[in-house]
Amino acid sequence: MRLRGLMQARTGGLLALALVIAVLPLALPNNFYYQVAVLVGLNAIVCVGLNLLIGYAGQISLGHAGFFGLGAYASAVLTAKFGWPAPLALVAGATGVALLAFVLARPILRLKGHYLAMATLGMGIIISIVINQEIPLTGGPDGMPVPGFALFGLRLTGDRTWYWIVGGLLLLSVWLSLNLIESPVGRAFRALHGSEVAAETVGIDTARFKVLAFVVSAVFAAVAGSAFAHFAGFVTPVEAQFLRSIEFVTMVVFGGMASVFGAVVGAAVLTALPQILTAFHDYEMIALGVVLIGTMILMPRGMLPSLAALTRRWMR
Amino acid sequence: MLSVDRLRKEFGGVQAVVEVSFAIEAGRIHSIIGPNGAGKTTLFNLVNGLYAPSGGRVSFLGCDVTGLRPYELAARGMARTFQNLQVFFNMSALENVMVGCHLKSDTRLLPSMLGWPSIARGDRATRARAVELLHEVGLDAWVDADAAAMPYGALKRLEIARALAAEPKLLLLDEPAAGLNPTETREIDRLIQRVAAAGVTVLLVEHDMRLVMDVSDRIIVLNFGRKLAEGTAQEVRRNPEVIAAYLGTAAAQGAGSRHA
Repeated sequence: MRLRGLMQARTGGLLALALVIAVLPLALPNNFYYQVAVLVGLNAIVCVGLNLLIGYAGQISLGHAGFFGLGAYASAVLTAKFGWPAPLALVAGATGVALLAFVLARPILRLKGHYLAMATLGMGIIISIVINQEIPLTGGPDGMPVPGFALFGLRLTGDRTWYWIVGGLLLLSVWLSLNLIESPVGRAFRALHGSEVAAETVGIDTARFKVLAFVVSAVFAAVAGSAFAHFAGFVTPVEAQFLRSIEFVTMVVFGGMASVFGAVVGAAVLTALPQILTAFHDYEMIALGVVLIGTMILMPRGMLPSLAALTRRWMR
Repeated sequence: MLSVDRLRKEFGGVQAVVEVSFAIEAGRIHSIIGPNGAGKTTLFNLVNGLYAPSGGRVSFLGCDVTGLRPYELAARGMARTFQNLQVFFNMSALENVMVGCHLKSDTRLLPSMLGWPSIARGDRATRARAVELLHEVGLDAWVDADAAAMPYGALKRLEIARALAAEPKLLLLDEPAAGLNPTETREIDRLIQRVAAAGVTVLLVEHDMRLVMDVSDRIIVLNFGRKLAEGTAQEVRRNPEVIAAYLGTAAAQGAGSRHA
């Protein structure tokens, strides 16, 4: 039955992801690879959250790097300047971002399509400008150092430690998202995407659920931002920049919209690919562009859904 | 159950609905008929809250509900289907109907994300109910089908199943038989009568006259946004103004002289 098939796909997918995270270190020769893997994980967490908004609820955001940046800077500023314990700073950052997203979401999400894209773009740019300008607090364009993450006196240092932490966080994010998608709330998100008019008439308060999707996805980004700040030990406004927002959206679309694991695949490929493409030297960006365009033409639904459809056809 | 008082809607300079009043009794099947562009769907959108009226009042179950949003009316027991389908094409037939159960579902965020057993239990019950509803509208063969892969006639019935999932007191059906062949229309006819027999009040907009005359307890006729006539099928059929609106004045005079 489809129900059981779905449950299996869900736990099966989680197990497969856990296995990949567990086995991957065997293929990572040195710390540089671990660093790339950590960045893959952090981007994947943002994309899993962003996919709830874009892929499932059908709302675009070109400003999520702003939330990532706010999370990162909340952790940086609160621990470095105010001496807060890192876990508390992380929670405070996530809560602050949730509140901000909640306040911004209602007016912004009244807009649709291109207008929504413009509004979220503006939101992201404003956040990045604020981080750039608040020099006494954030160090401005030069960035600021961030103390390590200490948990109950245990200091988390080293790329390998961070690999396991981020791996765990990613599994947690995927698990939370899968639960949400398979719940009435997740169906309400997808209903927004399918037909807002029909969603309203079956009793879904569309404004409320759009806000909910926006806030949840912003919190995912903020937590990833906090973890990034402690992992990197240094944050700059680049993390909150417009281009990062575009990268996140590209990863979601590339991996496959409305697919939790697709978001992970998209983040993995597009984070690792530039490292691999450095072999092309000056032509690196051209090669990346060719890969992007080629993938979207050959796999218009995104990598994971298209590949899944292809394997199903072969199996038959 | 539902009463509409001097309801008006203007789009720019166009008067789509002009001072329309009527009342609907519980447990009956009422129909709204009228030529193309008479304002039937606009009237539905006003009653259902998709449009805000330019004037007038709508009351439902004894409360003034003018200006309430569709989701608020859904919570009070009003459901509807659409003339030009509004199906969730990104879901399966089953999921479409499960979304219809939204109002009775547990939509707390944290328990949903943490996958609490109560959420899963509620979902199993919703799923069973949705399967039952799909059976009721005769879509057993399509339960697991993607809505995007379903034929038009099946989608019409899927919308009815989704609307029934909310266990409405009043069901608005906007041209449920449009685009269907005679056999399918007869099935819809029987379905509407079953729904009404189960105690759901039905308000129907329909072009298929056979269907309307068959099932309706009362008929309201609209023309150019105004209420032209109201009565039983017999009364409406004999009304010269109605005949004029549908067939032209000459035919009405002809009909009138034959009666004389």
